[in-house]
Amino acid sequence: MSKRKLGRGVAVIGAGMSKYGVRAGVSNREMFVEAYKNMLGSVDRGIDPKDIEANYVGCCGAWNWETQAGIGKWCTDWAGLIPIPSTTVDNACASASVAIRQGIIGIASGLYDVVIAGGVEKMTTLPTNETTLILATGSDMAWETYAGYTFPGLYATMATAHMNEYGTTSEDLMAVAMKNHDNGALNPMAQFGQTIREIMNARIAKCREKGQPVPGWKDEMDFLHDAAYNPVVAWPLKLFDCCPITDGAACVLLAAEEVAKNFTDTPIYVIGTGQASGGALHDRDYLTGIPASRIAAKQAYEMAGVTPKDIKIAEVHDCFTIAEVMAIADLGFFKPGKEAARAAAEGKTLRNGPKPINTSGGLKSKGHPVGATGAGMVVEIFEQMKGHAGKRQVPIDANLTLTHNVGAHGTTVVVQIYERR
Amino acid sequence: MADMPFTAASFDKFCTEKKLMATKCKKCGAILLPPRPLCRKCKNMDVEWVQLKGKGKIVSFTCIGVGTPTMIEAGYDRQHPYCCGVIEMEEGCRMTAQIVGVDAEHPEKIKIGTPVTVDFLERGSFSLVPAIANVKKVYAVFRA
Repeated sequence: MSKRKLGRGVAVIGAGMSKYGVRAGVSNREMFVEAYKNMLGSVDRGIDPKDIEANYVGCCGAWNWETQAGIGKWCTDWAGLIPIPSTTVDNACASASVAIRQGIIGIASGLYDVVIAGGVEKMTTLPTNETTLILATGSDMAWETYAGYTFPGLYATMATAHMNEYGTTSEDLMAVAMKNHDNGALNPMAQFGQTIREIMNARIAKCREKGQPVPGWKDEMDFLHDAAYNPVVAWPLKLFDCCPITDGAACVLLAAEEVAKNFTDTPIYVIGTGQASGGALHDRDYLTGIPASRIAAKQAYEMAGVTPKDIKIAEVHDCFTIAEVMAIADLGFFKPGKEAARAAAEGKTLRNGPKPINTSGGLKSKGHPVGATGAGMVVEIFEQMKGHAGKRQVPIDANLTLTHNVGAHGTTVVVQIYERR
Repeated sequence: MADMPFTAASFDKFCTEKKLMATKCKKCGAILLPPRPLCRKCKNMDVEWVQLKGKGKIVSFTCIGVGTPTMIEAGYDRQHPYCCGVIEMEEGCRMTAQIVGVDAEHPEKIKIGTPVTVDFLERGSFSLVPAIANVKKVYAVFRA
């Protein structure tokens, strides 16, 4: 296939999210309104909602968690935007990125000048075992779940393959969790406002308070090795290798290049977008990476005319620690195998390292409201590129960035590249 | 066999007869497991049923302590995890399946590449749809 370009330029001119976490008593559409208001507040010169022409909303489980079909329309309604067209998009955990991509395509086609796109997910309405079951429906129910696979089990199988082929260790994965918790602790919108050390200290305090024996952990790594506090979920993955169950919403404002400067002096241009689909685990040529990630990344890099080296920071899909290890290799930032596995432990992907990854805290610490996640990633890179990331602000000029969002265990991947000129 | 539709239901029916069945592309010869009604490799529309020898090896695996409802019902839990993984058949095709005859409580002892043979186990099926949630079904699993 020849290289494709967008029909005309598209920019992100606003981005906002709701607080992520357990949002008892707050529904999808209500969280969407929180994200929408924060998004409006992020537009430098403001926007009249009458200028918004369409809304694309990612969501994959409202039917289960909220018994609501077509949630996008209700988000549009609660944002006061009836009767603009609403499109609800389900591509599992990549739903919001696909929604944003559809918004980009809508503008690039010439049909619209200004649209909003994002996603919502209310996940804490059901007991954890039922929520886990709903998450498994993102994989192949007919064949993978048939085999007894839970969702963590799918990524665990990729982790086993990675460890077998490259000698990757549990400690390599723990370093990813520690890094992302360190970042998330600086993010006021994150589900976990704590580093792993702080979580460990809270556990110690709780033992003291209850008069129980106080565990004598030397450090975070020692804490993470304690099976009583970090039990195996699906070997080799443990509790702290897994992202939490999260309620949340996020949305972005997209505008055609011709009108973007009416709203801001620094539009964040979308210069590359790629999307690919992937099959079940048994239909893949390799399990140590995600084939659809590599294909989507290639499309995005080619469209943008940039290389992995040029990208300053990236938000990548870390639903499990092994997912980040695979992502940073699939995206070409590090060599597949040992180099990617050791990147966090060696400080290469820290906020002040040479290639900051998941400065928001990632899915691991910021939280993973599945249908909203892709839009939450864009919120982080928007804030970093505008210099609005507060304590998380990277010390380098983040003028070229990337988001990478995986649906399920690699059945959909969207990669997008953004530039501030 | 020739007139069975190329569906998961047919595959299940064959499992009750202790047969591990795939489809084969009549043009390029690719063996398609899970069975498919058309060839995912050469896109040809014409396939036929073939019985597999049921011998293969472990490509990768996990041992799950917090299982699916079906597996919890079958008695698995954190203290009694089960193993499942990707199996590559001698015929070249792959399938995800439960792996039995391994020590799932000590996953570090299970080796990638271990030879396995198909076996058939009956347990409850897995569905969010109540009407079919507890129907007994024969599953293809692999024994080390």
